[in-house]
Amino acid sequence: MSIVVDFRDAVVVFNGFPALAEASIEVRRGEIVLLQGPNGAGKTTLLRACAGLLPIVRGEASVLGVDLCVDRQSVRPRVGLLGHANGLFADLTISENVLFWAQMVGAKVAEVASTLQRFGIDGRLAEQKVMQLSAGQKRRCALACLVVRRAELWLLDEPHAGLDATARDEIDAIIREACAAGATVLIASHELERARGLATRSVSVVAGRVVS
Amino acid sequence: MSTQLSLGRVARAVAAKDLRIEMRSRVVVNQVFPFAGLVMVMFAFALDNDDVLTRVAGGLVWLATLFSLIVIIQRSFAVDTADGALEAQRVAGLDPAGIFVGKALAVMVQLVTLEIMLFVAAVVLYRVQLHADGAVLLVTCVLSATAGLSLVGTLYGGLTAGSRGRETLLPLLMLPVVAPVLIGATRATESAFTSGGAAVSDGWPWVGVLVVFAAVFGLGGILSFGSLIEE
Repeated sequence: MSIVVDFRDAVVVFNGFPALAEASIEVRRGEIVLLQGPNGAGKTTLLRACAGLLPIVRGEASVLGVDLCVDRQSVRPRVGLLGHANGLFADLTISENVLFWAQMVGAKVAEVASTLQRFGIDGRLAEQKVMQLSAGQKRRCALACLVVRRAELWLLDEPHAGLDATARDEIDAIIREACAAGATVLIASHELERARGLATRSVSVVAGRVVS
Repeated sequence: MSTQLSLGRVARAVAAKDLRIEMRSRVVVNQVFPFAGLVMVMFAFALDNDDVLTRVAGGLVWLATLFSLIVIIQRSFAVDTADGALEAQRVAGLDPAGIFVGKALAVMVQLVTLEIMLFVAAVVLYRVQLHADGAVLLVTCVLSATAGLSLVGTLYGGLTAGSRGRETLLPLLMLPVVAPVLIGATRATESAFTSGGAAVSDGWPWVGVLVVFAAVFGLGGILSFGSLIEE
């Protein structure tokens, strides 16, 4: 299995503070890796650094074969980051949100339709404005956007937050399906019991360092 | 694997998305247009003199446009930042220049629609007169001034989108920068209306200023918007 994320002694400074302090982690294609650790340990920083949003000031870091120390831009179209916000346009419908991202990668309408169906947000629900949806439906819509964007690396920050048990099960099923289809997933979560059941491996992030 | 898109394709998609959001929410139509109309009426009440109103009609239209621009820009970025959609576009690696051009285009369409309404209001309320040669100048002035306003507004909207107190910061930063547009567009419009004894030909040099202004900020925005919306 090829290496998707490869950080070696990577340092990321955020607001003048080393939020990642010589962190090292290796993630292979198809893995679901759980990042666990207390608040402020650096989990979100690690995810954002993987997305190419934060500069690596020291050490080595590559994602999907792209050296983040040299080029943080070209990896972005290949990763999907879902944080506390869903990244959706509240005034547009589910199908319009997904179609917006489909346009960006030249995906066909049929691909969008099949994704909406797979995620259970098709039919009349697809024509609902995002602002009228439940938290679980919004999350499914956001994940559908990642699928049509063809993100190879999913970076999920607290994907279960604010969802009921049914919605959490649905999200887990979507993540497993994405992995089966070839995606790699990094999850930061405090819902350890649930996330451990989903992950193929878990690592701890403590004070900006990754501990296996 | 994901593919990178051209500036034009991103711009078209972003502009269509922003206009669709406006068509759905009707915030600009239901709130900004009446606000601009009210400004025109309030000016009429305040000045209460037909001669003065006819003389200053151009300036009043552009002032009402500037006030409305602030609201339109804030709305344009609010829909993107409310649920992290602007960051999602950044994370997805969409060409920032495409996002800039797309958002500016959508703002421009909304502003032109607003200005048509304001000029009709000026004819009705302020009794300005427009002849054929003045109409050509007015249309050119509206297009070039609106392009400049949209581009500057989008640039400063992006700059303030992630900052605290953006509602007050945006007008504070943007209004001084658009002063040349206010001056140029007002002079060109006065010439188009031949108010205060101005000739239509006097307005064309001001249109030149507006075109240069739009070109400078268009190029500046394309080059710098990416770093403005980066962390």
